[in-house]
Amino acid sequence: MAAMNHSGYRMTVEGTAGEEASIRLAGRLALEDLRPLMAELRAIPERMKPRRIALDVSGVEYLDSAGALALIKMEILCGSLGIPFELLGVSEKDHGLLRLIDREAQLRPPLRPESERSDIVAKLGDRARRQYRDVLEIMSFVGELVAALAFCLAHPRTVRWEEVKFYMKRAGADGLPIVALISLLLGLIMAFMSSLQLKQFGANLYVANLVTIAMVRELGPIMTAILVAGRSGSAFAAEIGTMVVNDEVNALVTMGFDPVRFLAVPKVLAAMIVVPILTVYADVFAMLGGLIVGVTGLDLTAFTYIQQTKASIRVFDFATSLAKAVVFAMLISGIGCQRGFQVRGGAEGVGTSTTSAVVSAIFLIIVADSAFAIMLHYVRQ
Amino acid sequence: MAPPGTEPVIIVEGLTARYGEVTILQDVSFEVRRGERFMILGGSGCGKSTLLKHMIGLLRPHAGRVIINGIDITRADEGTLHRVRSRLGVLFQADALFGSMSLAENVALPLAEYTDLPPELIREIVRMKLGLVNLAGYENHMPSELSGGMRKRAGLARAMALDPMFLFFDEPWAGLDPVTAAELDILIRSLNEGTGTTMVFVTQELASIFSLAQRVIMLHRDVKGIIARGAPQELRASSTDPRVNHFFNRRAD
Repeated sequence: MAAMNHSGYRMTVEGTAGEEASIRLAGRLALEDLRPLMAELRAIPERMKPRRIALDVSGVEYLDSAGALALIKMEILCGSLGIPFELLGVSEKDHGLLRLIDREAQLRPPLRPESERSDIVAKLGDRARRQYRDVLEIMSFVGELVAALAFCLAHPRTVRWEEVKFYMKRAGADGLPIVALISLLLGLIMAFMSSLQLKQFGANLYVANLVTIAMVRELGPIMTAILVAGRSGSAFAAEIGTMVVNDEVNALVTMGFDPVRFLAVPKVLAAMIVVPILTVYADVFAMLGGLIVGVTGLDLTAFTYIQQTKASIRVFDFATSLAKAVVFAMLISGIGCQRGFQVRGGAEGVGTSTTSAVVSAIFLIIVADSAFAIMLHYVRQ
Repeated sequence: MAPPGTEPVIIVEGLTARYGEVTILQDVSFEVRRGERFMILGGSGCGKSTLLKHMIGLLRPHAGRVIINGIDITRADEGTLHRVRSRLGVLFQADALFGSMSLAENVALPLAEYTDLPPELIREIVRMKLGLVNLAGYENHMPSELSGGMRKRAGLARAMALDPMFLFFDEPWAGLDPVTAAELDILIRSLNEGTGTTMVFVTQELASIFSLAQRVIMLHRDVKGIIARGAPQELRASSTDPRVNHFFNRRAD
C-alpha cells in the first residue's frame, strides 16, 4: 500500500484498514533514522486501526540499539492499545540485542522527579539557611585560625617556614610587577586628572599632596588588597579545595596534622608579611606616576615635587596604611583558605569556592576599610 | 563481510610511543578482531594506558600506524578523527562522569552533540541505555549520589550512547569490590554478545581476565613491547616465560 524510501531503511505496509496490517522493514535501522522510523511506526495503528500487526524485519541488515528501541516501543504501543503484535524474522544477532533492552524499564518512571521545583518561600528559606550555615562555618574557621596562629606564635618552630617563604614569593615577589604597573598608572591618572582642575587656580604644586594622601590613606592598601585577593586568595582556595577533593586533607588529619595549622597558617603568615610590603611599593609607584606628570606636564622640578610629597605625608598615615594592609592580608588569605576547606564535590565545587573566595575577600576588604575610615577619623582628632 | 571474530578492525603497526626522550613502547604490532573481547595486560608502568591513548587518538605516536576500521588515525585530519571518535566509546578509569550533570544529562550529552533528535526521543534513548546497564530509574540522580559500581555502569551507558563500534575500557575494575566486579563482568559479556561491539580492555585484574578475555597481549617494561599473546588460559598453562607465568599465577618476581 505504501512504500517509503529513506536514507537508511525501507518500509512497506500492506493490509486493509480494520484488518491485519503487515509491515516490512529492511535496510539499516539505526540512530540516524530513529526519528522518521518511530514517527512512521507510530502512525500505523492510528491510521489503519488494525486488529493485528505483524512486523517483519527479515530484510534488516543492521540494527543498533536505537533501532531496537523503536521496535520495542512499537510493541509497547500496540500492547497499550490492545492490538496483538508479532515480530517476525529476527536474526540471531538482533535477537540478542532485543533481549538486552529491558521493556519494563521503558515504562518505569524515574526514581526521582526531574527537578525538585520549589516555591519562592522554600527557596528563600533554603538560601537563608545556607547563608546562616556559611556564617557559622566562617566563625568556627576564624576561631580555629586564631587558635592556630596563637599556637604558632607560642611555638615558632612548629611553623613551616619553608612554606611561608614559598608563599611569600608567590603572593609577594611574583605579584610585584602587576601591583607596580597598576599603581604607576593610577598615580599618572590621578595626577593628570587633578592637574586639569588645579591648573586653573595655579595650584599645580598640590597635585603632589593629592596623589600622596589619596594613595597612602586609601587607595594604596585597597588596590593592593584587591590585586592580592584576585591573584593569591583565589589560588589559596583552589589549592586547598583540590586537596579536599583528592582526600589529601583527610590524609593530613589521619597522619595527625591539624589541616588549618599545616595548610592555612603558612599562607596567612606569608600574606601578612608581603601585603604591607606590596602596599609600600604601590604607594611609591603611584608617587612616581604623579612625579612623571608633575615634571612633564606641570613645569615642576623633581626636587620640588618630592619636597611637597614629603611635607604632605604624616607618619601616622603611613603607619595606619600598613596596619590596614596587615588586616586586609588576614582577611584575604583567611577567607581564601576557608573557602578552600569548604569545597564539596568535584571540579565544579573548586570553581565555585574560588569565585566565592575572591568575591568575599573584596567584600570584606571594603567593609574593613569603612570601619577603618570611621575609626581613624576619631583617632586623628 | 567476514564472519565475526576473524576480520581485523583495529590494526596497530610498528607503534613507537615516546614522552619527550623517554621511549615507552617500541615497535608494537597487533590486531583486534571484530566483536571480540581483547585485553592489553601488563604490570604497572609497562605502557598499557599509553597504548590505549594512542589507540583512541588522544596521543599521536612517534612512529607507526593505528588503523581503525580502515582509517589511519595517526595521519587523519581533525575532521576524520572526529568522525572516527564518534564510533568509539571510552570508559575511563575514574568514570569521568560530569559531576555537575545528572546521569540522564551525562548520557544525553553525546546524543545531543552528534544527532539532531528531539529531546523526547533523546530521553527515551537515555532511559533505554540506563536500562542496559541496570540503572533504570536513576535518570535524575547526580553521580556523587551513586556507589562506585553504579558510577562505572553509568560511565558505560554514556560510552555506549551512540552505539559505538568499539568500546575501550581503562581499568574498569579498579576500586570495585569482588561482587561488583563480577557483576560488571556479566554485564560486559552480555553487552558484548548482544550488541556485537568490539571491546578493548586495559587491565591487570586476573579474575576478569580469565572470565572475559578471548585474546590478550601482554606488555613488559623491559622490552617496551609485547612479550606474550594468545588466550589467557593457554598462557597460564603453557607459557615458559617466567614474567608471563608470574603474572598469571600472581607470584612475586
